[in-house]
Amino acid sequence: MTQAAFAAALLDPDLAVPDGLTDPQGRAAALRFGVYRNNVVSSLTKVLEAGFPVVRALVGDGFFAAMAGAFLRRHPPTSRILMLYGDEFPAFVQRFPPVSHLGYLPDVARLELALRQSYHAADGVPLSADMLTPDRLLTARLHFAPALRLVTSDWPVWSIWAAHMRGGLMPTAMQGESVVILRPGYDPDPRPLAPACVPVLAALLATEPLESALDHAGEGFDLTDFLALLLGGGAITGLAP
Amino acid sequence: MFDHPRAALPAGPGVGYKPQHLAAILADPAPMQWLEIHAENYMGAGGRPLAQLRHLAERFPVSVHGVGLSIGGEAALDADHLARLRHLCGWLAPASFSEHLAWSTHDGAYLNDLLPVPYTTATQARVCDHIDQVQEVLGRRMLLENPSTYLTFTESHLAEVDFLAGIARRTGCGLLLDVNNVHVSAINQGSDAQAYIDAFPLDLVGEVHLGGHEADLGDHGAALLIDSHAAAVADPVWALFAAVIARAGALPTLIEWDNDLPDWPVLAAEARRAAAVLEGVA
Repeated sequence: MTQAAFAAALLDPDLAVPDGLTDPQGRAAALRFGVYRNNVVSSLTKVLEAGFPVVRALVGDGFFAAMAGAFLRRHPPTSRILMLYGDEFPAFVQRFPPVSHLGYLPDVARLELALRQSYHAADGVPLSADMLTPDRLLTARLHFAPALRLVTSDWPVWSIWAAHMRGGLMPTAMQGESVVILRPGYDPDPRPLAPACVPVLAALLATEPLESALDHAGEGFDLTDFLALLLGGGAITGLAP
Repeated sequence: MFDHPRAALPAGPGVGYKPQHLAAILADPAPMQWLEIHAENYMGAGGRPLAQLRHLAERFPVSVHGVGLSIGGEAALDADHLARLRHLCGWLAPASFSEHLAWSTHDGAYLNDLLPVPYTTATQARVCDHIDQVQEVLGRRMLLENPSTYLTFTESHLAEVDFLAGIARRTGCGLLLDVNNVHVSAINQGSDAQAYIDAFPLDLVGEVHLGGHEADLGDHGAALLIDSHAAAVADPVWALFAAVIARAGALPTLIEWDNDLPDWPVLAAEARRAAAVLEGVA
């Protein structure tokens, strides 16, 4: 009996129990082998349930468990650090035929994954506002805290997420929304980001200096409000010329 | 930041740390004298888990318990994972490091369970090589935990106690005796738990685990116990624990409860029951 045979049968319930595994009397032991099968599937399903609570609420507990089971058999963890397991889940959801009519579902999964990544990201030491003089600021490239995340979407991901996690109504209009995740302390703080700000932040994250990033600003962009949001969330950790 | 010499685990009750219990522990940890963490939960880059661990480690001795090293795996140990363990054990300077006689990875996939190994001389040699490597990389002696088992390997030709004792003798590692696992495996294998304890080299035991199990029905109508860590320690396990302590004297003893978590007072009560046995007044 090799571990390859054991591992294959663990993840594929259609495969027989590998030879050489029995009960103490030497008889067939399908239920005993099933304990390991169940441990693998149920423990990884729990990780996904904890990581994607809004996706779960949107599709229902039973459906989510079935979708998680299909995912984990196709994409078992490649790391022993399960706190970040599921980075392929949004793309899997996008290709999963039974939910192809829920266009927003993959982006909700992306937002939930980004929140978890933010929670476990390295700690950053934020700059204070008085270190940001206007002349230095304009020509500088900004360094951002590792916990900062920008999630853009063609769907109202913020409104859908907030309806489940903060209470409220599901959106009726389906226009796109973007979310910036700040982490001023240890709790990720997702905020809706105005469409005018999204291309500016995206350009800054792509290490463009502020001066040229501002060229991408949409109508109604307010630099003071934008910087106040980032500074208040401890998102700027350094300036490079 | 922890440049003081490493202290040993106290020979009293410890509890498996869960973040849900942080406030209760900081308010009144009694009778818990030390805590245990799962190594893999503290391998993130930063954030609250590491901040909490730094804070707790200033107040309590910590035992690091790995669940993902796959020491029983056919493949070589994962060098990146070993490096992460060395980093964690480096800055935390835990009082103890332990891992399982099990495997959990295959061909790049991490299966998130403690999978069983056959008790053969070939497996024993492989496990010894892996433990030699762990102890060399970490620069410390590790403890190896006896598993809970559900299946019998037809190829096994060594008794589990002899298999473990042989590994400890050859590598110099210590043993972690999980008394619940002894009971679960004895029921599942139709063997005698007390005879297992009587044969176990208790002088090599650096830590004891006490956890809960659930009863299920297995193949051919036989009872099957599941090592769930989701319930109170069962009476037969307390009886075996008393026998261990009567023979070995007081040992660091962990209350292990990982699923369906109760509030802190329930764990504190379990720890008090363990303390009473350790103090010889039960």
